[in-house]
Amino acid sequence: MTTTEIRHEVINILADIAPDEDLSDLKDDIAFRDQLELDSMDFLDIVMELRKRHRIQIPEEDYDQLASMASTVTYLEPRMVGLQKQ
Amino acid sequence: MTYTPPPQQRIVLTGLGLTAPNGNAPNEFRAALLDGRSGVQHYSIRYFGETVAGICHFDELRYQKRKEVRRGTRAGSIGIYCAHEAILSAGLSWEDIDKSRIGVYVGITEHGNVETENEIYQIKQFDYDTSVWTHHHNPRTVANNPAGEITLNLGITGPHYTIGAACAAGNAGMIQGAQMLQLGECDIALAGGVSESIHTFGIFAGFASQGALASHPDPTKASRPFDQDRNGIVVAEGGCLYVLERLPDAQKRGATILGELAGWAINSDASDFVLPNAQRQVACMQLALQRAGLEPSEIDLVSTHATATVSGDIQECLALRTVFDNCPNTLINNTKSFIGHAMGAAGALELAGNLPAFQDGVCHATINVDTLDPLCDLPGLILNESREKKSVRTILNNSFGMLGINSVLIVKHV
Repeated sequence: MTTTEIRHEVINILADIAPDEDLSDLKDDIAFRDQLELDSMDFLDIVMELRKRHRIQIPEEDYDQLASMASTVTYLEPRMVGLQKQ
Repeated sequence: MTYTPPPQQRIVLTGLGLTAPNGNAPNEFRAALLDGRSGVQHYSIRYFGETVAGICHFDELRYQKRKEVRRGTRAGSIGIYCAHEAILSAGLSWEDIDKSRIGVYVGITEHGNVETENEIYQIKQFDYDTSVWTHHHNPRTVANNPAGEITLNLGITGPHYTIGAACAAGNAGMIQGAQMLQLGECDIALAGGVSESIHTFGIFAGFASQGALASHPDPTKASRPFDQDRNGIVVAEGGCLYVLERLPDAQKRGATILGELAGWAINSDASDFVLPNAQRQVACMQLALQRAGLEPSEIDLVSTHATATVSGDIQECLALRTVFDNCPNTLINNTKSFIGHAMGAAGALELAGNLPAFQDGVCHATINVDTLDPLCDLPGLILNESREKKSVRTILNNSFGMLGINSVLIVKHV
């Protein structure tokens, strides 16, 4: 998957997890938590959806890497580069 | 016999919110009952396949965000909808109420089956890899979930829990609420019952294996208590919560009083896992009557529990014949014939359909009785067409459940 495709996939996951949020103006460098109403259960949902959809296992010590869109994409790139877009 | 408890011990209904397969508000529900309109539909559920069920069509998003619906359970959504509607109908000044003095007591037949089945279905797609089992599983399946979701949604900080009482749970929830008001544990009780049971295939498969699941080519004819050709239960979802207050509190704020919980009883058969016990039902009704200070002949309307199983209906009729012998003015009806068996919500919902009779004296029927089973031929049974009475001032509401739990609630016009 390309960087753009990974970002798009994260947006798709967020749309499922936070269906009341407007994601059209999401800023990549600002923490999700500062732009969206997300709590710890929602972050676990992001981890779970990546696991279910792409079989990516994210260890707990790496959860901080999912703070913003920019850091999430950076973290996922090497793990998703070989994956096909679904 | 007359008995009037001290005012602080008198518990009244001042608000009501409901969702039923044939109505999402008390007036819609009542209109459907008087018109003989069923809410039972064709239904399909995974693994089990085609069947019939009572399905509710309330707007989940009226009082919840989409994220709340996604995170919570169907039982939680039903409870939240009913709680909001009950509070609105009670005319409570919500902003001014001390939320720590509100108690939430929700009757349930079962909880957690739906969510567990969903997760097992999910992990099956992953070759039963439990690492994809959702972290939402535990908060969704804890037994207090439906009551807890109501407190989260409404910011209620008083006590909350569910009352697991099989199909007697709707009455049991109301009884619990009344008792907590009498004990001073809260000043307002939101109490009644909910059911999400149509979303678990297990309940359909279980009743089918037991030979107790209804079937009929026309879903609206499937639930037929007292009919010779009845063949079992129609499973339904639904909810009904009341606002309960102590009489002086309700009078002080000028609340409209829908009725007084004049007497109640819960007892056990101690005889069988599933088969009912007429003698213990008689004992339960008699205890409730005694506590209400009423003679059987003073009951204007009996709302039966009958679920359309062959033996269950006969046993209840046997019990009713014993208690209401020589009570020619007591009418008898059944609401499951319209909506199916709403499980944990049944007792509370069935009472809600009958409460308006206090105002207009009209009692809805039990429908779908084409050939009355002679063993169910009770003198006061209202068959197929609503009946008007000079006045209805007392209702006796039966609700019984598996493991031999019986509950009877008597409501009096105030």
